Amino acid sequence: MAVPKRRKTRSKARMRRAHWRVEAPTYAACPQCRQAKMPHRVCSNCGYYSGRQVVETE
Amino acid sequence: MPQPKKGPRLGSGPAHQSLMLRGLARSLFEHERIKTTEAKAKMLRPYAEKLITKAKKGGVHQRRLVLSEVEDRALVHKLFDDIGPRFATRNGGYTRILKLGPRNGDAAPMALVELVEKGARKTATTSVDEDEDSGGRRRRLRRPGRRRGRDAGSVEAADDGTDDEIQQDVSSENTGIDASGEAAEDPAPDAVADPPDGDAPEGDEEK
Repeated sequence: MAVPKRRKTRSKARMRRAHWRVEAPTYAACPQCRQAKMPHRVCSNCGYYSGRQVVETE
Repeated sequence: MPQPKKGPRLGSGPAHQSLMLRGLARSLFEHERIKTTEAKAKMLRPYAEKLITKAKKGGVHQRRLVLSEVEDRALVHKLFDDIGPRFATRNGGYTRILKLGPRNGDAAPMALVELVEKGARKTATTSVDEDEDSGGRRRRLRRPGRRRGRDAGSVEAADDGTDDEIQQDVSSENTGIDASGEAAEDPAPDAVADPPDGDAPEGDEEK
């Protein structure tokens, strides 16, 4: 099996890893209560989805 | 040669998966709305909808096919006499999946699965049987005679102490049972028309 002959330098490894990053999750305002919520999810604040209450909240 | 199913299995293997789907379907038909992970919800949907389709067709053969999956006579009765007729005017799409976002603890994406047509009322049969069913699956299958007697009794009880609308429902359901599910078209329009008034809060209490 083919195997690397030389160890990559610290610099090369870090350059490669410079593009690894966590993406921020997308949020959208809830049309009912304006609270930020994840798109296509039931709003955890008011329990609304597609214009009607689907989950009970206090 | 049989092709293995693509994609990951829920749990540990094919047997575990089928048992898990059965359990989920049972809970769904009993409670009408269940909370589970998105992956399970997505697998449950086609499975449960096929059972509902069988319930809509009616007849003894379909009943036995469903019983082999659900393994609970009371629940099969509910499925054929209550849930099936509800969807008489709907071609597929009997369940709805609502995504809830990540769960605390393991951040698993959660979802609600619910029947699209809400029940017109809480069925007396299931609430009675819930208390009785602590014995497990096998026991249920072995005592069909007693079970049927109980169901009939509870339906009569509901008949006595309720208003006209519900009495109509019950009587039409009885005719449906006599004709082995074929004459079950009457209750369906009622069930479609009823839910908006007063019935939705009742459904929410059940959860």
